[in-house]
Amino acid sequence: MTDGTSKLSEVVNKVPPSAIRRFFDLANEMKGHVISLSIGEPDFVTPWSIREAGINSLREGYTHYSPNSGYMEAREAICSYIQRRYGVSYSSKEECLITVGGSEGLDLVARALINPGDEVVIVEPCFVAYKATVMFAHGVPVVISTKEENDYKLMPEELEAAITDKTKYIILGYPSNPTGAVMTYDDLKKIKDVLVKYPDITIISDELYCELNYLDSKPSSLIQFPELRDRTVMINGFSKSYAMTGFRIGYSVGPKSIIAAMTKIHQYCIMSAPSTAQFAVIEAASNGDSCIEEMRNEYNHRRRVLLKGLSDAGLKCFTPYGAFYAFPSIEGLGIQSDEFCERFLLEKKVAIVPGKAFGECGEGHVRISYAASIDDIKDAVVRLKEFVEELKNA
Amino acid sequence: MIDHIELLRLIENDAKLSLEDIAVRLGASEEEVSKEIKYLEDEKIILGYTTNINWEKQLPEHCIGMIEVRITPIKGKGYDQVANIISQYDKVSACYLMSGGFDLMVIYEDMSLRDIANFVNQKIATQEGVLSTTTHFILKKYKANGIMFDAADKDDRQAIIL
Repeated sequence: MTDGTSKLSEVVNKVPPSAIRRFFDLANEMKGHVISLSIGEPDFVTPWSIREAGINSLREGYTHYSPNSGYMEAREAICSYIQRRYGVSYSSKEECLITVGGSEGLDLVARALINPGDEVVIVEPCFVAYKATVMFAHGVPVVISTKEENDYKLMPEELEAAITDKTKYIILGYPSNPTGAVMTYDDLKKIKDVLVKYPDITIISDELYCELNYLDSKPSSLIQFPELRDRTVMINGFSKSYAMTGFRIGYSVGPKSIIAAMTKIHQYCIMSAPSTAQFAVIEAASNGDSCIEEMRNEYNHRRRVLLKGLSDAGLKCFTPYGAFYAFPSIEGLGIQSDEFCERFLLEKKVAIVPGKAFGECGEGHVRISYAASIDDIKDAVVRLKEFVEELKNA
Repeated sequence: MIDHIELLRLIENDAKLSLEDIAVRLGASEEEVSKEIKYLEDEKIILGYTTNINWEKQLPEHCIGMIEVRITPIKGKGYDQVANIISQYDKVSACYLMSGGFDLMVIYEDMSLRDIANFVNQKIATQEGVLSTTTHFILKKYKANGIMFDAADKDDRQAIIL
């Protein structure tokens, strides 16, 4: 071997590089001429009061490490937010850890829970990091492919079929990136009924998009079932709901034993989450409810504009009620999702993401983000309509 | 059913939206939107549709005075009579009854500082019941009607895999 990969760990070599990296490089090179509906982050700038809180902490000289788990005031603000929005209480002292984005939580949980060979149930199509973090921790991902006819919800029988005696935990990510699917309290209740039969399985609930739910004004979660509360780790953060992606700040709440194990890894690898961002979080979690409501309303308008445009373009799309993505079907056009996106980018100068990037079952679909201006969304769907018609007539 | 507050917030930010645009964004039909807008207009909840213009850019001499007016209330009519007389002038863009150290806040827009000074001297100070005036001139606008004057309007997000 001359490329150096033989020196690397087997597990790193085994995790495939992202299939869409080249595509993103291409889109970035064309930047300036391209409408991008490909990015998984809000186009809003972080609300001013939150930015100001961060700036003010710098002005006052708070430039040191925080405690490993995060400043107590920030953890208290987070736990009180969860109490207010979910109606579930957590101890800010022992059941809450502030992380570098929600992503760090995914990694910590994998390293805290997995012994080599343990199985982890992953519900696809899903965020690209689920599978990778499990593999890096020497776990074995077991994939459930959710179906469009079920609105990409996890069905209880699909879960039951995926569970074996090696199952260590399950990761659920709703509202979903990339599909925009949500699971209501009643949907989750059916999942809860399966999970109570398997008390040794831990539940990881990634709820980064919890506030971007256009069906219900308050989030629904497995943590709300008392039977599951003490075996569920909720991974959450401020990136999506509060438009704070660049702050790199998130949190995990869950049972004391798991949070303590995650904190052990975090203290050796990260030390503590950025202090400036934690001061911004105190403001966000304490006084940010009206900001997120305004952004949610705006996303909801864009969602309807995009869905109308997709319907005008003749693309079938189940109605997404969460996050800021639509996941229309391109089946019947005789083209794979990666080729569709590459040609759409080159021919019509609009960047979207192939569904396959989020799991095999995402093939036949594309992810379109509506975290962009209404003008861009409208312009993009006109181009999409032209493109689809050209494909049909080819 | 259309939420009136959601509808009002939407057109408050962009009065140029077409009925179709509003209907799609609110998930309603054009007929419903049209009916609700007519209702809000009839109820004088919607008072009109204006354009936000940066006049300083078009007419560099254009200026705005904010005039504090102290008045003696007229028996039986309070402050309303004087306020109504002042409000009738076309170039008075706003007139408010205030709490605090003065009574009326009059916002007056004209072509030059001299024009505003003349208005105060000749039309307000001479008004019966007016005790005194204090005039402030706007030197620079940073934000008006919710719009930042020098806001950057760019999307500089880089592509990232998420």
